Amino acid sequence: MEAVQETTSTKDIAEIAKEPVEAKELTGSEALLEALVIEGVDTIFGYPGGAIMPIYDALFDYGDKLNHILVRHEQGGIHAGQGYARTSGKVGVVFATSGPGATNLVTGLADAQIDSTPLVCITGQVFAHLLGTDAFQETDVINITTPVTKWNYQVTDANEIPEVIAKAFYIARSGRPGPVLVDITKNAQVQKFNYKGYTPCNHIRSYRPKPIVRAKYVQQAAELINQAKKPFVIWGQGVILGGAEQEFKTFIEKSGIPSAWTILGAGAIPTDHPLSVGMLGMHGNYGPNVLTNECDVLIAIGMRFDDRVTGRLDKYAKQAKVVHLDIDPAEIDKNVKTTVPVWGDCKETLPMLTELVEQKTHTEWLNKFHDYMQQEVDTVIHTELNPTTPELTMGEVIRELNELTHGDAVIVTDVGQHQMVACRYAQLNKTRSNITSGGLGTMGFALPAAIGAKFGAKDRDVIAIIGDGGFQMTLQELGTIMQTGIDVKIIILNNHFLGMVRQWQELFNRRRYSFVDIDSPDFVKLASAYGIPGKLIADRAELPAVLKEMMDTKGSFLLEVSVTKENNVFPMVPQGCSVAEIRLK
Amino acid sequence: MAEELNLLKMSNQDIKEEFNITVYTENQIGLLNRIAIIFTRRKINFDSLNTSPSEVDRIHRFNIVITETEDVVRKLCRQIEKQVEVLKVYYHTNEDVIWQEMALYKVSTDVIAEKVSVERLLRENGARAVVIRKDYTVFETTGHREETDNLISILQPYGLIEFVRSARVAIIKDSEGFNAKLREFERLEPGEDVIENEFLNDGDKVFTM
Ligand SMILES: Cc1ncc(C[n+]2csc(CCOP(=O)(O)OP(=O)(O)O)c2C)c(N)n1
Repeated sequence: MEAVQETTSTKDIAEIAKEPVEAKELTGSEALLEALVIEGVDTIFGYPGGAIMPIYDALFDYGDKLNHILVRHEQGGIHAGQGYARTSGKVGVVFATSGPGATNLVTGLADAQIDSTPLVCITGQVFAHLLGTDAFQETDVINITTPVTKWNYQVTDANEIPEVIAKAFYIARSGRPGPVLVDITKNAQVQKFNYKGYTPCNHIRSYRPKPIVRAKYVQQAAELINQAKKPFVIWGQGVILGGAEQEFKTFIEKSGIPSAWTILGAGAIPTDHPLSVGMLGMHGNYGPNVLTNECDVLIAIGMRFDDRVTGRLDKYAKQAKVVHLDIDPAEIDKNVKTTVPVWGDCKETLPMLTELVEQKTHTEWLNKFHDYMQQEVDTVIHTELNPTTPELTMGEVIRELNELTHGDAVIVTDVGQHQMVACRYAQLNKTRSNITSGGLGTMGFALPAAIGAKFGAKDRDVIAIIGDGGFQMTLQELGTIMQTGIDVKIIILNNHFLGMVRQWQELFNRRRYSFVDIDSPDFVKLASAYGIPGKLIADRAELPAVLKEMMDTKGSFLLEVSVTKENNVFPMVPQGCSVAEIRLK
Repeated sequence: MAEELNLLKMSNQDIKEEFNITVYTENQIGLLNRIAIIFTRRKINFDSLNTSPSEVDRIHRFNIVITETEDVVRKLCRQIEKQVEVLKVYYHTNEDVIWQEMALYKVSTDVIAEKVSVERLLRENGARAVVIRKDYTVFETTGHREETDNLISILQPYGLIEFVRSARVAIIKDSEGFNAKLREFERLEPGEDVIENEFLNDGDKVFTM
């Protein structure tokens, strides 16, 4: 480096650095699109309107570089962006206009915020001189979205655009990812300015995406793990977000520790991995829940002890020493008191830990999980997957589906009973295969998220599993499927109820079924109106063949399966109970 | 007896007290709101909130006072520090900071002229007149909450017309300031970095009014 500098005078270097790569006049809108191209964006989900028209006008000339998907509702747009981000690992990009366009993003922002999904949302805004005047379609988008974004910013001058967009992408994807919103006033979109090129951002003074790893804590964690008789690993989406699937697998395989996943962590390692003992949480598996209160060292990796996972906190793993690996320092001690905090990116900390832990097997302890699993199979799983009732069950649909996907498909679920059943029983061999709204539990998520998921993983099969209620929340996105010709398989598990709420009413409200009885249109006809082939089945004998027909169909397909009306998802940790009080029926 | 035992068992963790939160930030529009909602979301009220420049050019400083348990305060601080534009957050009990609040009192000039004792009382309480007009006089005093409160009750019988108290400003006793921290901050993880400042520690009494 020094030698190079000596040959050129320092003055020269400074001048070259300042020299615009390609000095040219651009509008703010063009600068935005340039930035997206340089960031490697290939797909945008969006919907135009008055305040974002200059950006759409510029977009007209970027068709060869940026594929804009016209959704049917901005909520659909942002969920598609989430699905895209979750399968591709890239930042999802969403466009919306001011006012109602922007407010329609709020549910998706909240969803992405709580599920740590990287998004950059661009909203148009009224001219800067109109801000605060209650102008047409003016809403205070920055303040509305502040609680549900990792960062947001209003641009009122085109000169700011390159730097702000660079920051936006950096913040969205780095550290614990999350949604970012940039609100651009119309004057800034049309304003011409001297564009000096785009430099991606990799540092913000006040922002530390990753805490520095402290070797001392890794050491202490390893000591605890090495002394443990009944260690138990619980992992979450952090493993996937950190791209640490391999590091994670190596760690548990060396230490021989039984490991269970949170709903968002599912698929980080294959569901049939011998050390994978099942799902945690309210509708998770029996063993992982009960044995949480029996392990001696609990190793939490990239998960945040959500209340759906912990149940009653004051009775959660009180006997255990807790090791918590997380990239977000605010998660340490937030819900569960940590014995050893291993701050940092688990892609870095896991290999350090693996190095220090002893090679072990915990056969007896692992067998305990197997024993509980056997009990669960006997009382719940067997009948759910191989029912003898005349009606189909949700579980058997998933079982049949596994036969066809062999665990290689991306499974996108909505929210409710079908979600729990799918997450419990779907076979997942690959990471980034389980796309669901975990933290927010947003009904209406699955259909648009599946569209986005397919755009983010074009070579994979994408199957959306949705309830009859949730499907009716965002079914307008069938229009997006129609127009783009994207290939998404849709399975509606129709129990003619808002099933999960009905289950709670049955169990906790003395069967007072208050407004959970929901009628549906003829879904197959509806799909057909959008040019999407479909079938309705209620007969077990037809299931394998129809599922195969669906999978063999080129392009999208809608399969409605009529299932048992009043089936309940078990096991279940009733709200307010400890994980050890999980019920099998 | 049982109650006493319970009290004994209650650790510091469960006791609410006043905490002074010091936040070093970039100066960005909207950040005040971002920080405020961390408290309001949890239904926690501010006892006091002050924003000002800091010892470092273009770095702002928030002084926030809340009454909460240390556990809650620690969690809040981590949530604040998580915000992109926040550089560093510290929290301290009242013992660990030197703090002041300023108050203004408006009293009728006639009353003061009539009753000499009022002037004496004000002087005794460290107040000074900032404006003297025919119709009213405005006094200012700076000090701890009890001191500024005390003067209210003293002036009340003499027809206190208007009273206002500023937000609290607080200086951390054992802080070297942020100039030095900034470099360290850009490199290191927060937490183990507080360096004792002997002068300020000893200066405790010097700074007390
Ligand atoms: C937007 C939204 N509104 C309401 C709820 C509350 N909720 C959770 S599950 C559920 C029932 C879902 O019914 P359905 O989509 O038919 O799926 P099922 O439970 O029957 O599988 C409801 C109403 C929610 N999660 N999201």
